Amino acid sequence: MILFTLRRFLGFAATLLVAALVIFWLLDLLPGDPAQFILGINATPDSVARLRVQMGLDVPAPERFVSWVWGMLQGDFGMSYTQRAPVAELIWARLAVTLPLSIFAMVISIVVGLPLGILAARRRGKLLDTAIMVTAQTGVAIPNFWFGMLLTLVFAVGLRWLPPGGFTPWNEDGWASLRGLILPSLALALPQASILARVMRTALVDVTGQDYIRTARAKGLTMGEAVWRHGVRNALLPVLTILGLQFAYLVAGTIIVENVFYLPGLGRLIYTAISERDLILVRGATIILIVTVTATMLLTDIAYALVDPRLRERSTP
Amino acid sequence: MNKTLKAFGVALALSSALAGMAMAQPTEVRIGVALEPPALDPTAGAAEAIDIVVYQNVFEGLTRIDQNGAVQPGLADSWTISEDGLTYTFKLHDGVTFHDGTTFDAEDVKFTFDRILSEDSVNAHREFYEPITGITIIDPLTIAFTLDRQIGRFLFDLGRGDAVIVAPESADNNANDPIGTGPFAFVQWDKGSRVVLEAYGPYWGAPAHLTKASYVFISDTATLTNALLAGDIDGTNNFATEALAVFENNPQFKVLVGTTEGETILSTNNKRPPFDNLKVRQAMAHALDRQAIIDGTTNGYGTPIGAPFAPHNPYYVDLTGTYPYDPEAAKALLAEAGYPDGFSATLKLPPVAYARTSGQIIASQFAAVGIKLELINVEWAQWLEDVYANKDFDLSIVSHVEPFDIGNYANPDYYFGYDNPEFQALIKTLNGTVDEAKRKELAIEAQTILARDAVNGYLFELAQTGVWNAKLTGMWQNSPIEGLVLRDIAWTE
Repeated sequence: MILFTLRRFLGFAATLLVAALVIFWLLDLLPGDPAQFILGINATPDSVARLRVQMGLDVPAPERFVSWVWGMLQGDFGMSYTQRAPVAELIWARLAVTLPLSIFAMVISIVVGLPLGILAARRRGKLLDTAIMVTAQTGVAIPNFWFGMLLTLVFAVGLRWLPPGGFTPWNEDGWASLRGLILPSLALALPQASILARVMRTALVDVTGQDYIRTARAKGLTMGEAVWRHGVRNALLPVLTILGLQFAYLVAGTIIVENVFYLPGLGRLIYTAISERDLILVRGATIILIVTVTATMLLTDIAYALVDPRLRERSTP
Repeated sequence: MNKTLKAFGVALALSSALAGMAMAQPTEVRIGVALEPPALDPTAGAAEAIDIVVYQNVFEGLTRIDQNGAVQPGLADSWTISEDGLTYTFKLHDGVTFHDGTTFDAEDVKFTFDRILSEDSVNAHREFYEPITGITIIDPLTIAFTLDRQIGRFLFDLGRGDAVIVAPESADNNANDPIGTGPFAFVQWDKGSRVVLEAYGPYWGAPAHLTKASYVFISDTATLTNALLAGDIDGTNNFATEALAVFENNPQFKVLVGTTEGETILSTNNKRPPFDNLKVRQAMAHALDRQAIIDGTTNGYGTPIGAPFAPHNPYYVDLTGTYPYDPEAAKALLAEAGYPDGFSATLKLPPVAYARTSGQIIASQFAAVGIKLELINVEWAQWLEDVYANKDFDLSIVSHVEPFDIGNYANPDYYFGYDNPEFQALIKTLNGTVDEAKRKELAIEAQTILARDAVNGYLFELAQTGVWNAKLTGMWQNSPIEGLVLRDIAWTE
């Protein structure tokens, strides 16, 4: 198990290094000069040149790469070009929105998606099953920005129950912050819940035909008890895989939802930073996203191995 | 289950009631703006978004520009100009403090301009202030500027966001914690979300009517519409014209249509053939149907222009008739220039709705006279590099939003590459002229030359279309300078 974890961890570190190189290089190729962007179209070339020097943009690329990576290893992500504030601070502030948002969406999709999937599997072929699966299919097909707009129109513009967007900082009014996240997390959760329901149903239908369910039934358990005690646990394996992938997807999906609900999240930060050519900020934020995603993968792998001992043995030489 | 549902419903109802009470609070305003400023220091960046938040609210200059574009006293109560027009002596207002409590005096003024003119200055408009050769503090409330040449618009330039007065104690932190002398003090900036300003109690001038103002950053038009309808924000200074109809007949809102300093032009690379040929440029001018462009691009909001000059400016002269819309004349001129079958060119479009839409309309108008345009969409940063800095373009569409930027045409290195010694001499004279009547005469002559030479395709002056809660008053209808001045905004019953 230790060896397994270690190997996965090395893979994780290597992924990060390659990602850092690719991000740095790709963004360096992007046309556009942050100094010109800041000073606008009436600035003299002199002013632009002075600003370039101040921002350290006159230094050759390899040198900038090394000092960037070295800085990050020490926890220093550099200073944003356009916002003149430490990158780490800017990103950290945005995570206070994006992380809770993704987690809420995740929780909603689990709480809604899994029971519906189980219900559909138990009523396989019945009207309820069809109804749930049609709804889930629709849920997957609806784009979340559109669903978000719909939610705003109904609950914010029409009923005025919830704010149409925006975010109150947590330390100011926690209840208001929470309220601001309800509609966006619903919008984000809809497709995820639908996917989970479908996966859960299929997995459970698969295990229901297995011998051990029949054995459990023979032991005297009702079908419900047998499925609940023996079926669901076994069916969770594929669901776990999907969940790991979904979290990464959720963090990325927040970009669109954050725009619809004008939330100050990481997605919007990256989006504006790209258009302003605030490359150092884009790089820092992208690295953090990659760390989050790969770390989730790593954890999923480990969790997987914990749930299923066979996997762990197979990968140990 | 039923109980929790009920409790949830009660909580929701309660919180919306609370929100309703907050809305009735008559001294706060929440303004939606599309772009978040990258920083809040107007002396170190050109972004209009900076001035929208801080100009005349947090920061003030020696003079200030009013909503008609006229120069008014600001931190300077009065001034005298020497006979030769080279020395300006300002009497500063007494008893002014910065928001951090430090006193404002002539030292701060000197510091501000030394900073603009220093070697490592990053002011976007250092060139406006370069003629200043000496700054003399006569006493703490009197300061004299010596210029090496006359500048006709010196008092206006002092009123720009680039020349607001900053204090040596706080200037370095103004990007994230702006400290000025204005009626509103900076409270907080939730990055990505909003900036909050609060009325500054010890303000030296007439106190503001509002106690608090928040700028909420919403870039998406549909989202902004919902936020206005839901009452989450009270107004916005420039709303997308395509969605304006939602508010036009809604009694809860008022739509303010005014003018801006944004001359939208079909920028033309005058150094690159065939655009170096006057006949070709004249042909293009004849091929443009301005009204059709305005109708299609901004739903009819905007004023046709025949020269790069704002129609509300007292020096303005209507030159839209110089080369009226006449496709036949355009074809004839193209044939004369040696392009009887027309030619092909590229049109690079920045990511703003007015450019992308009018680009398509112009492409079809040009196609009618034989000029085939290939439309290329670019991002702002790429536009700045390709078109503006490297001058690698045939045609582009952009709005030049700074007041009185006609002087750019006197710079042969400016991106449209117009090099006319006669015009350059004229602008030099204009800049050095202080007499109003004479200035007007020269400005009209300058406009006429630019119209005649068809340097660029002059399309229209962008309109400012504000949407506000019907109970708000005091918003600027026109935008003669970049900013959203809160000074006069108030709630009425």
